[in-house]
Amino acid sequence: MFADQISVFLENKAGRLAEVTKTLAGASINIRALSLADTSDFGILRLIVDNNEKAETALKDAGFTVRTTRVVAVEVSDKPGGLLSILEFLDSRKINVEYMYAFVRQKEDNAVMIFRFDNTDSAVEALTEKGFSVIKGEELYTM
Amino acid sequence: MIFNMEFETLPREAIEAIQLRRLKAVVERAYEAVPFYRKKYKEAGIKPADIQTLEDIQKLPFTTKQDLRDNYPFGMFAVPMDNVVRIHASSGTTGQPTVVGYTARDISTWAELMARSLSAGGATRDDIIHNAYGYGLFTGGLGVHYGAERLGASVIPISGGMTERQVLIMRDFRPSILTCTPSYALHLAEAAEENGMDFADFNFRAGIFGAEPWSESMRQEIEKKLHLSAVDIYGLSEVMGPGVAMECQEAKKGLHVYEDHFIPEIIQPETGQALSAGESGELVFTSLTKEAFPVIRYRTRDISSLNYAPCICGRTHVRMTRVSGRTDDMLIIRGVNVFPSQIESVLMQVSQVEPHYQLVVDREGNLDTLTVMVEVGEGAFSDEVKQLQSLQAEIALHIKELLGVSVKVKLVEPKTIARSQGKAVRVIDNRKI
Repeated sequence: MFADQISVFLENKAGRLAEVTKTLAGASINIRALSLADTSDFGILRLIVDNNEKAETALKDAGFTVRTTRVVAVEVSDKPGGLLSILEFLDSRKINVEYMYAFVRQKEDNAVMIFRFDNTDSAVEALTEKGFSVIKGEELYTM
Repeated sequence: MIFNMEFETLPREAIEAIQLRRLKAVVERAYEAVPFYRKKYKEAGIKPADIQTLEDIQKLPFTTKQDLRDNYPFGMFAVPMDNVVRIHASSGTTGQPTVVGYTARDISTWAELMARSLSAGGATRDDIIHNAYGYGLFTGGLGVHYGAERLGASVIPISGGMTERQVLIMRDFRPSILTCTPSYALHLAEAAEENGMDFADFNFRAGIFGAEPWSESMRQEIEKKLHLSAVDIYGLSEVMGPGVAMECQEAKKGLHVYEDHFIPEIIQPETGQALSAGESGELVFTSLTKEAFPVIRYRTRDISSLNYAPCICGRTHVRMTRVSGRTDDMLIIRGVNVFPSQIESVLMQVSQVEPHYQLVVDREGNLDTLTVMVEVGEGAFSDEVKQLQSLQAEIALHIKELLGVSVKVKLVEPKTIARSQGKAVRVIDNRKI
């Protein structure tokens, strides 16, 4: 019930983000979702793509530091308070969110949020038990 | 194995007797043949006849790199050019290059000392030596080359550069001894990995690394990545080239200075005062046998100390501790002396950091700032910002603890710090003073 996310280390300087997207475009990889965490001198780009293996190889070959991170994709109803219900639940179970970001989806009633938990297994277990829809990686990459 | 059993194991009194005889001769020769020495000694009121004991060497003025530059190109040569068979020069990265010359006998002496060095490093006539020191004006390549031939080993004169091709040759020719700079050794390991190869599958047994200061932790890193036993070689073109001193495989604790050909001294860099054995200071060399380019009390700017204790290998020549830095590599950051090798040893202790780094010094207002650029490889990379920030903080804290100086640690992408084929550029000083 996990999804794999590609994380890339980026120095905070002009053109690095473009270089990543260029590398992915060159390998015909489609970016499904992304988030960028940054500090004054470096950033971490997190990506959900349609082909993890290909993306990882292409980025490594281009000289980037890359690692695959296990994340959880959860369906959230696309209306006010949709995200709140999940966060309140996680809070009640003392499940810590390291970071999260939204996944772009067209013409659907539900939005998808990508979560990184400090304890992925117990988070997934709690979420599914409560009836939240956790999306499998394979499904997510081609959604 | 000891290459020259007779001379490398002489008792101390015999070494000193040879040294005194040769010192008198070289001072006499320099005085007669090199106007620079004659002028300097006259000014100091010294005559060659004043040298009666080894201690008398302290009466002689020092020779500096600036003196060699002032006599560019051939002013320090002690023989006519028709007796000179080889010319080498320093890279001149810190100013005008210094030019050195060799007679046929000098080349032969150098080959002998390099054969001793390779032998102390573990090489025998059965070995194939992969010599990745640069061939050319730099003394590294040809120095090792002639020594390897004198020893009777098979030498691959690969020189520096074309790193991928080097790796293929290492795989196919199966050399057993590697000679290059320590930073290039790590670069070769990286290149092997990139090409899907591993030094564990190669045939190397020993590596003889030098021409730049390196730390004990870097030795461990190299030994782990290259699967060989790494030893340190020392030399500088002004004194001869590589093979002035060499660490033995038996002890791996300090480098034996070939005392039948050189007199080493340690001085206090600011005052020029001679320091006693064990004390750390600037290394000074006098060449005893060189004909074309004798140097007398040449200040190397390298920091070391001398250890006269007997060595388990049986060699009786004094050992110098590995060079911990150069007086001209030394950075003074807000009044604190910092050697790049000290920063290096901290980085090597922090797990998973790549052995490639660069120090950038700036002056902001009236304050010096030191930025340590560290490459983030896969081992150190975390998906979480706070993890990477704690890595930065950990490195900065360790440096602060060891050196008492606050630094900024900047994480950079792999391979963005320029790799060198020869000596690594560790410091970029942007201060305009």
